[in-house]
Amino acid sequence: MNQPVVGVPQMLPAQVIDTSTDSREILRHARMAARRRKLQDWFVVDVDAHHVETVSWQEVVQYIDDPVVRDQALYFHRDRIGAPPYGLNGDLGLRYQSVGGRIPHQDGLREKVEDTSVHRDVTLTRRAMDSLGVDNMVVFPTPMLFLGLHPQPEMEVWLSRAYNKWMQEKLLSADDRIKFLAVLPYNTPEESERVVQETAGKKGIIGYAIPSTRHAPVHHNKYMRLYRMIEETGMPVSFHAGYHWDDPSLKTVNRFLGMHALGFAWPNIVHCTNWILNGIPIRFPKLKVIWIESGIAWAPFLMQRLDDQFLMRPSEAPHLKRLPSEYMRDHCWYTTQPMEATNLKALECTMEMIKADTQLLFASDWPHFDFDVPSEITDLPFLSEQAKRNILGLNAAKIFNLDPTPVKQL
Amino acid sequence: MPKSYLVCRKDELKEGDRRVVSCDGTEIGVFNVEGQIVAWHNECPHRSGPVCQGRIYKRVIEPVADDGTVRALAYDEKVTNIVCSWHGYEFDLKTGANQGYDKIKLRRAQFEERDGHIYVVV
Repeated sequence: MNQPVVGVPQMLPAQVIDTSTDSREILRHARMAARRRKLQDWFVVDVDAHHVETVSWQEVVQYIDDPVVRDQALYFHRDRIGAPPYGLNGDLGLRYQSVGGRIPHQDGLREKVEDTSVHRDVTLTRRAMDSLGVDNMVVFPTPMLFLGLHPQPEMEVWLSRAYNKWMQEKLLSADDRIKFLAVLPYNTPEESERVVQETAGKKGIIGYAIPSTRHAPVHHNKYMRLYRMIEETGMPVSFHAGYHWDDPSLKTVNRFLGMHALGFAWPNIVHCTNWILNGIPIRFPKLKVIWIESGIAWAPFLMQRLDDQFLMRPSEAPHLKRLPSEYMRDHCWYTTQPMEATNLKALECTMEMIKADTQLLFASDWPHFDFDVPSEITDLPFLSEQAKRNILGLNAAKIFNLDPTPVKQL
Repeated sequence: MPKSYLVCRKDELKEGDRRVVSCDGTEIGVFNVEGQIVAWHNECPHRSGPVCQGRIYKRVIEPVADDGTVRALAYDEKVTNIVCSWHGYEFDLKTGANQGYDKIKLRRAQFEERDGHIYVVV
């Protein structure tokens, strides 16, 4: 009888992945998947990834313009025991994204970073880009996405401005591959205009972000000058969704799963409805708007609802010369994540309805618990290769005016 | 031709222990679950995440009283789940079946116990 051939296996470096595991090890399978699909030769843009800005909050508050508020923030962090990040509202402890530690990368990336020549978040972003197979990554904040509900509109202005400056100095100056949509303090339109004036054309800034979690009417006349200004820059404006436990319409939802499922779609459904029915795409035909982090399954629902109602009540939306769904298809862009893919027929229909070939932009949302990887697009059975290339990067290259040459190191 | 890889001595793999190994690129996790040895490919059926490197929990249940009310969550001490660290998919570590939808299963890996040692076969 032949003796069995015996090999020596290699123990994986992390037997159990936790918050101290190197993100390159956490994402090793994503890198392998990208290599297998030869994504080295594809231009891939991740339009929505995150960092945890509050880790650097003591740095960020040093960029507050107002000297009095800046001092208050510095004293607050120096003296106050157990201080949360100065000035931030939000849900403090109601952050159950990691499902009790089951998804550790959501709780924290505490891995070792030896390189001190750049900010730690630059290194983490580079590791994520090269692991996921991404050439350009758009970095968003996380807890700051609640600032639209802040009781002090001034604080939204101070902190958004400080964060934008910190981002430019610490991240955007360090690596051309990192991109940013400057955060607008949207509850104060004239200050949002000021952000546009100050940041248009600055290195790494490729558009504007409005955190969607707020009760602001996006169609109000007070925003028209802002939209005109953004339209004239040629850069897109985006609405980045987020849940909030204090949203009155979601008050009865008790499971984070339910809150997250609804809360990340709902604000963009509301804002998009107002955006379309008030004719913003007609009034600002060159203004590109992106709906971020709501997935895409909401779009066909809203398209059908609005078309159905509009045809019975056109006098209430007199700007519209076509169906609401046609404006949602031709004048709106969408990011993929979290891409609902349990029913491929429904996903195919959704992609057809939103014209994914030209309007859909890949987003990972790394390092959040429901992050997506590029192979989810390359593996879809119903898309042409050109459509996959468009979704993964070429659509973004077009609307953000990016050089579509792959530069990542897979 | 299948090849065997020596993972460890059986008595080294205590209850609750695991060895997640790469056998020339094929990744396999070997577990001792309450005295039973099981082996799974380190690839989550959801998105190919490194499921065998996930944390292990007892399954969560929500007991319902006779009157239909619920009061608290609880652990089912009879079921041990492994959780894929990428997205939280949970699988019964003994059967490989997903908690939410049992048609989704981990891929079983072949292993053998010989002379007090555990080998995986690839």
